[in-house]
Amino acid sequence: MIQALFGQLLVGLINGSFYALLSLGLAIIFGLLNVVNFAHGAQYMMGAFVAWMGLSYLGVGYWWALLLSPAAVGLVGIALERVLIRRLYGLDPLYGLLLTFGLTLIVEGLFHHAYGNSGNAYPVPALLQGGVNLGFMYLPIYRAWVVVVSLVVCFGSWLVIEKTRLGAYLRAGTENPRLLQAFGVNVPFMFTVTYGFGVARAAFAVVMAAPIYQVTPTMGANLIMVVFAVVVIGGMGSIAGSIFTGVGLGLVEGITKYLYPEASNVVIFVIMALVLLLRPAGLFGRER
Amino acid sequence: MTRILRNTTWALALLAAGAAAAAEKVSDGVVKIGVLTDMTGYYSDLAGPGSVEAAKMAVEDFGGKVLGKKIEIISADHQNKADIASNVARKWFDEEKVDAIADLVSSSTAGAVMPIAAEKKRITLLSGPATTGFTGGSCTAYNVHYTYNNWALAHGTGTEVVNSGGKTWYFVTADYIFGKSLESDTTDVVKAAGGKVLGSARFPSPGTTDFSSYLLQAQASGAQVIGLANAGSDTINCIKQAKEFGITPKQSLAGLLVFISDIHSLGLATAKGMYLTTSFYWDRDDASRKWSKRFFDRRKAMPTMIQAGVYSAVMHYLQAIKAAGTDAADPVMKKMKDTPVNDFFAQNTRIGPDGLHRHPMYLVQVKSPEESKYPWDYYKIVKTIPADKAFPSVEEQKCPLAVKK
Repeated sequence: MIQALFGQLLVGLINGSFYALLSLGLAIIFGLLNVVNFAHGAQYMMGAFVAWMGLSYLGVGYWWALLLSPAAVGLVGIALERVLIRRLYGLDPLYGLLLTFGLTLIVEGLFHHAYGNSGNAYPVPALLQGGVNLGFMYLPIYRAWVVVVSLVVCFGSWLVIEKTRLGAYLRAGTENPRLLQAFGVNVPFMFTVTYGFGVARAAFAVVMAAPIYQVTPTMGANLIMVVFAVVVIGGMGSIAGSIFTGVGLGLVEGITKYLYPEASNVVIFVIMALVLLLRPAGLFGRER
Repeated sequence: MTRILRNTTWALALLAAGAAAAAEKVSDGVVKIGVLTDMTGYYSDLAGPGSVEAAKMAVEDFGGKVLGKKIEIISADHQNKADIASNVARKWFDEEKVDAIADLVSSSTAGAVMPIAAEKKRITLLSGPATTGFTGGSCTAYNVHYTYNNWALAHGTGTEVVNSGGKTWYFVTADYIFGKSLESDTTDVVKAAGGKVLGSARFPSPGTTDFSSYLLQAQASGAQVIGLANAGSDTINCIKQAKEFGITPKQSLAGLLVFISDIHSLGLATAKGMYLTTSFYWDRDDASRKWSKRFFDRRKAMPTMIQAGVYSAVMHYLQAIKAAGTDAADPVMKKMKDTPVNDFFAQNTRIGPDGLHRHPMYLVQVKSPEESKYPWDYYKIVKTIPADKAFPSVEEQKCPLAVKK
């Protein structure tokens, strides 16, 4: 019994680190740009398809895909920011939500038309195949790799934003972009880069996820709702908040799947409702 | 002048009478078949646009006209939602003059549309849904369940797996009518064959992508066989993740509803060795190959059993209209049940008084990458299950309409 619970907790931790990895990009974009990036799910899905196309058409393997797919999708994100999203700064966040949600529907529809719904398989890289028997469960090496990488990446991002000069600019830009611009910092450029970076983060997360899930046009839509809940619970825009909440919610979900599987889809949203009632700004957020 | 006028009047009257007679034969001067399916969601690859294409092929092959009137195919996306399905069906029947609805993949949508069709005396040609009760407790006089049902899947795969030594089972079940009914049908089969069911994990569907929790529970149960009472992308992810967590090949998977589109996207390396039951395999004989290659040219994918079933059902329906000399539902249903089906899908099979089309099913095993010689060469046919063994008998189905007689 205890053994099974350990297994579920570990699975929860693995999913939680995905949530953390993915919600980080959203949190950064919202925190700095005040844009609710509903296109995150579509960008995530695009990252998977770039990796899959690279492998099937050009023979580009997993390791290069970890680098190239975020770069490619990040560039698309930058173009998007320059053409469309920058027109929304200073407006009600609802406009951003509508624009990015519309874009999501278009992008998903296009991929659906071209690749169908069942999707394509993306193999686990040779180096990370197999697994270890932990006694209470069999842990696939690839899943362990996911946990380690996402924790490193999350902690690294937090360090950059909280402890470096670049991070200080970013935080200042969030607080008062005009003042920062008066100090000679190219704020619009910084915003563009931030958006591209946030989007690239989604593509990175999906290359990590592709060998586990099927590469399908709806893979982002399946995840984006949960990830939004993570960001809301953690506090919109809070980097540390989204990391802790991501991992925490993964664990809660894991336990629910064990105790009462039927509720596993709902539990995150129940928590979200409770948090919004008691702390409307989220666990780690502050009132704006 | 008056003579000309009189003659013209006569001619017009005759024409009008002729038109009226024809209108009686074919209501509204057109035979309209609606394909109501999942166009974009979870089941869109195994039914969806492929089902619509199959229906169109049937109409083309029939010649585009029946009893001198045009045959029209329309389609809509029910998004796997019962309320959308019933709204579309009502609109189709009331405003669009649709005579029959085909496919209806996903049992919840079929269950919503069938009573409406029966009330309006229109025909449902189920190819996609699986619930056995559609020709049992909830049967209607205007329904044909054409391609497969849970009973056939459970018996085909369940019996065979238990007989080859898989005595203890654990289910990973999609938590809605289809999954639950498939689980309960298979449970009965496993018990009857001398096996034991240790438990089940039910997951919310659609919406689940990570199955590791449920698979770990199945693993912890120690069952020899994990029965996948789910479909589409749920099944794909289950199979993939079971391999990842080292569950297979120690415990074996029994795919209770697996389509060739699933195998195609999983790849043979992951799916090899798995047993499944299907009513159609494109590479079974010359006739099935010939039709499937035509389908492939249009869709760039081989047909699933649902899509092949839509073609065959629509064709049988059109032939029944021709034979009955009308598109009125009652005589057409009678003709469909009286005439045997004879095409690439099924040979000399019959639709029972309960509306269930009883035909052979095939137990197949997925080939390994080495065994597969050409594209879509995926299955070995292990066993042909004859129609009377593949489907429940009229007595077992207990459809009130059929029992009364």
